[in-house]
Amino acid sequence: MAHGPAFETNSAVVKWIDDRLPIFSLIHGSLGAGYLAPRNLNYWWNFGSLAGLCLVIQIVTGIVLAMHYTPNTLMAFDSVERIMRDVNYGWLIRYMHANGASMFFIAVYIHILRGLYYGSYKAPREMLWMIGLVIFLLMMATAFMGYVLPWGQMSFWGATVITNLFSAIPVVGDHIVTLLWGGFSVDNPTLNRFFSLHFLLPFVICGVVILHIWALHLPGSNNPLGIDAKGKGDKIPFHPFYTVKDAFGVGVFLIFFSLFLFYAPNALGHPDNYIPADPMVTPDSIVPEWYFLPFYAILRSITFDIGIPFTDIVIIPAKLLGVLAMFGSILLLFALPWLDTSKVRSAKFRPTYRIFFWFLVVDMVILTIVGGKKPEGIWPVVGLIGTAYYFLHFLVVMPLLGKIEQTLPLPESIAKACVKKA
Amino acid sequence: MKMIKNFALALTAVAGLTMAANAATAGAHPKQVEWQFEGPFGTFDKASAQRGFQVFKQVCASCHSLKYFKFRNLAALGYEEDMIKAFAAEYEVPGEPDEFGEPTMIKALPQHGIPAPFANENAARASNGGALPPDLSLIVKARHDGANYVYSLMTGYEDAPADVSVTPGKSYNPYFKGGQIGMAPPLSDDIVEYEDGTKATQDQMARDVVNFLTFVAEPHLEQSHSMGLNVILFLLVLTIILYFSMKKVWKPVKEGKHFD
Repeated sequence: MAHGPAFETNSAVVKWIDDRLPIFSLIHGSLGAGYLAPRNLNYWWNFGSLAGLCLVIQIVTGIVLAMHYTPNTLMAFDSVERIMRDVNYGWLIRYMHANGASMFFIAVYIHILRGLYYGSYKAPREMLWMIGLVIFLLMMATAFMGYVLPWGQMSFWGATVITNLFSAIPVVGDHIVTLLWGGFSVDNPTLNRFFSLHFLLPFVICGVVILHIWALHLPGSNNPLGIDAKGKGDKIPFHPFYTVKDAFGVGVFLIFFSLFLFYAPNALGHPDNYIPADPMVTPDSIVPEWYFLPFYAILRSITFDIGIPFTDIVIIPAKLLGVLAMFGSILLLFALPWLDTSKVRSAKFRPTYRIFFWFLVVDMVILTIVGGKKPEGIWPVVGLIGTAYYFLHFLVVMPLLGKIEQTLPLPESIAKACVKKA
Repeated sequence: MKMIKNFALALTAVAGLTMAANAATAGAHPKQVEWQFEGPFGTFDKASAQRGFQVFKQVCASCHSLKYFKFRNLAALGYEEDMIKAFAAEYEVPGEPDEFGEPTMIKALPQHGIPAPFANENAARASNGGALPPDLSLIVKARHDGANYVYSLMTGYEDAPADVSVTPGKSYNPYFKGGQIGMAPPLSDDIVEYEDGTKATQDQMARDVVNFLTFVAEPHLEQSHSMGLNVILFLLVLTIILYFSMKKVWKPVKEGKHFD
């Protein structure tokens, strides 16, 4: 348990309230001095709170945008341009929201990679990890539907491509697609339901974030050494130590955010989305937002059917296989706590895993590049190799490595490893 | 200054990854022009944008609409209210129905825009050999490297290579996707007579139109740049203070003090 000193107050009013509704105790125990965290968390641990900040920014800016936006295929694009031109500071709010989505994904990707590097998904934090993946999936759904709302060319065609994926599912696929569209093509009903769900899902994310923090506070935070923090001197109160460190991180992060927001607000977007949606004109290449590119690359890398050799019988058509690979690439991560057989959490003491971790990072970067290219020339091959390596990493390397890797000796305690001999 | 330039470079590098990912559309790489609106301190070249407005009215507007532009926006280019009213009054727009319910036309007001040259898409295509002149309000943001693209397109007409046969009614322009464009070369020297006496060369007019269209596409660009500077300076100071606060708060932890 990661509990520190109980909540105390000199204020009679606060005490009166807290005795009847322990809201102050709750905050004290989850984000205040009552929560004890390992003393050796490095800057990679800042990205959880940064992701939380991004969620708040997205909700606040999103609610303001919803006051001015019109979810109708004939008016959506115009209403966004009205926000950009005539609503007071509308350009600022809208660019904050659009770039904020990218910042959110940057924070979350680093947060996830940190978990992968330091083994934060391993016992006893499996639930914490899986709840985090649920948040990630919800974020992807929310971001995808949000990108449809401006009703530009990429909105429309992105929606068409992605919703069509579900048609690959045997038997029920076409029905699911009809349900998603609210008709027989991407049209006004689609835009309406996407707007409704885009408004709803962030609040669902908020709820799941609470579960995520709840599941964190039982075992407490992992740390760069990956050993349990249970000895004397291993932990320090979250407040003031990690509140001030998180605040510093927020400052740095907001500077990075501002550079995009004020000086390159469209750098992460696609120019085609400034062309109003036209169902009669297909863009040159349909590409999703950058944060979906690796998964898009996995989807497109599968171009072959699986069938019985030397016959024409197809068991899994290429389209379904691609869809399975794409969703599988994320669902696979739910099994990671059991796919990783190593007893040591942190890559700091796993010299071989450390190398493979960076292979995986490079692989993801390559898949990101491939996802943005037209599937011509060498790119489909690169995509296929990248996809194969992704699955190989989790399904083969992780289980084997845990068995055969020579890990380095673990320190006795965090305090022993971090506190210099006084 | 140098640091901010480096920041901008780093930004470009990050953005480059996406752009490289997004690029690969047919059409020659646009000529690179230095624009005053570029960079963290970029501002509109108002004199040039004013001339661009003139070129737009006298040349572009005969085929292209400018849906999101309103005459009142011209205030940001330095025009006085009575001049804006005068610009607007050059056009007629539909007014309220009269007392018998018949449609009327009134002189345009600052809240109106330049009337679209064609009634609808079919009319536009019929007058342009099947091609649709796009609305230009967002053209600079709706094309990769938009400002340079528009400039290159305006100035990039040339004779087709021997192995390309140009469809009658089309012109050869390597910067246009596919190389064959429905728009005849729109700008030739002295096609307009500038009110400020600037010599109206093709190159000059192309630059002026791009400055005007960039203003129309991103009217809050200057505000964004100046606000960004203030915000980032504020954040830098705040972050430095937070850094030293952190160092001070953490001192006992770094010295090995226990808190549990």
